[in-house]
Amino acid sequence: MNTINDGLKSVLGWVDARFPLTSNWKSHVSEYYAPKNFNFWYFFGSLAMLVLVIQIVTGILLVMHFKPDATLNASGVPIAFASVEYIMRDVPWGWLVRYMHSTGASAFFVVIYLHMFRGFLYGSYRKPRELVWIFGMLIFLCLMAEAFFGYLLPWGQMSYWGAQVIVNLFSAIPVIGPDLSLWIRGDYVVGDATLNRFFAFHVIAVPLVLLGLVSAHLLALHEVGSNNPDGIEIKKKKDANGIPLDGIAFHPYYTVKDIVGCVVFLAVFSIVLFFMPEGGGYFLEYNNFFPADPLQTPPHIAPVWYFTPYYSILRAVTYPLFGIDAKFWGVAAMGASTMILLLLPWLDRSPVKSIRYRGPITKWMLSLFIIGFFILGFLGTKPPSYEFFGMIPGAPIAQVFSLYYFLFFLTMPVWSSLDRCKPEPDRVTSK
Amino acid sequence: MSSDETVDSGRRNLLVATAAVGGVAGVVAAIPFGMSMLPSERAKAAGAPVEVDISDLQPGQMKTVEWRGKPVWIINRTKEQIASLRKTDDKVSDPKSEKLMQPEYCQNETRSIKPEIMVAVGICTHLGCSPTEKFKTGVESGIAADWPGGFLCPCHGSTFDLAGRVYKSKPAPDNLEVPPHMYLGDAKIVIGEDKKA
Repeated sequence: MNTINDGLKSVLGWVDARFPLTSNWKSHVSEYYAPKNFNFWYFFGSLAMLVLVIQIVTGILLVMHFKPDATLNASGVPIAFASVEYIMRDVPWGWLVRYMHSTGASAFFVVIYLHMFRGFLYGSYRKPRELVWIFGMLIFLCLMAEAFFGYLLPWGQMSYWGAQVIVNLFSAIPVIGPDLSLWIRGDYVVGDATLNRFFAFHVIAVPLVLLGLVSAHLLALHEVGSNNPDGIEIKKKKDANGIPLDGIAFHPYYTVKDIVGCVVFLAVFSIVLFFMPEGGGYFLEYNNFFPADPLQTPPHIAPVWYFTPYYSILRAVTYPLFGIDAKFWGVAAMGASTMILLLLPWLDRSPVKSIRYRGPITKWMLSLFIIGFFILGFLGTKPPSYEFFGMIPGAPIAQVFSLYYFLFFLTMPVWSSLDRCKPEPDRVTSK
Repeated sequence: MSSDETVDSGRRNLLVATAAVGGVAGVVAAIPFGMSMLPSERAKAAGAPVEVDISDLQPGQMKTVEWRGKPVWIINRTKEQIASLRKTDDKVSDPKSEKLMQPEYCQNETRSIKPEIMVAVGICTHLGCSPTEKFKTGVESGIAADWPGGFLCPCHGSTFDLAGRVYKSKPAPDNLEVPPHMYLGDAKIVIGEDKKA
């Protein structure tokens, strides 16, 4: 037994003399001290990593069978569409791999939205974590690009018309717009060239950037240390060894806790995967089971659920301004609605970070923001003429909440500093 | 380099100049990469005109053909439908078709060569969805009680009249495009070509 141990130690010593294995393991895992008061909301970071791994593994397996080809096969079906059906019907366990990937996309956004909401609750974007937040937001933008490129690949009706609409968004940019969207499509219409390049972006370009950003997100986090539900800095109170008094080692304490989270997540994920992989038309839209038809837009098109709040904001702008037509302003509003999140660390002027010690104004503003976000998301799945209960028109409501979306951020420097905050505790609390 | 050493400004300038020239070379080298994403020669060549036989198109009917990968509508408008264009004049944003969304020979009240036959690219000028025909008038259309017939884009709710003119205060900025086209005899249209015959 001892000889095996000694053998392992000498191998480790040999590696450590050539590669910083032990020191990295210590600084990022076994001696990375995280606050001891993490609650439910702190599961979603590690769950996002789990979903990323699921997406990469199932993605590699799907690429082995998928063909990014928009030309028609002998039976008149686009080859890309037919290859997805082939995966579903003929490839052993192909249905499982494909449904894991398509359900995984939605799971990714569920987890990421909750992870971001955690940041809102506890002020995790505040100094000194601005870069953690910015890298995270860039990951979010990458994920949206990844989801968008990926959705074209099955070459169904929603794939085709969704890509048509989003690529045309770029044509709204004055002067360079039309050439820009031509350059993105690689053809005058969404076609084979578009499918091939979206495949390249989806499986190579964006994942590479994504992995780089995930590393940067974690490196930045481990440099400044994790925030916690009390929003106070544990590094201010250290013991004689320089270890935060309220910190516990990430491994084994949080690795074990996160494994519990993973098990619960996988149980829920499996229920969706096996019993409702299409998510009632929200994860995989019904019209995407028809092959792409460039001559016929489906009677109702809407993006997948995770894009619908932004899609509602796009649709809400119907007035031309400063001599530029409404189309451009809709696109600009949608772009701004994601970009404004990058400024969050500087918009929040509250003296405290956590919602626990913030006053009523913050609680009302944030609650209304979340309600508005859900309503925008819901309306985005509906046609523009939708009416609540068949009597209250949805369009003006979407306009009001789109306006509120921006007001929430733009007036934040005022209301966040005016709010009546409670005193923060010296040490973390465990509620 | 310790702090008491002075910077050799000649070497420093050379370094900056070398980096700048190298940077320019790098940017120039990226141009072919960017250009490789433009439409290929084959994609550019695939735009041949399409011939359509409209002898079987009854008044009130519409036909869709594919031209350059886009849907092109040919609509045989009834007398009432042509008359409805007068009523929509003050509801549409560009009633006189001043913006060049059509060839010169279609810049008229009906946006067509023959008053009854409308030819238009069935792609919404907002974000490129294909609008749906809503020829039923009034309440039955589900749009408005005074709806005179036209098109509704399912994506963002833009409406167009029967000459493809966009209604005011809708997301779509322009009227539907009328492609270049010409008649070969009474019942044959060529889309994508308009040599004065």
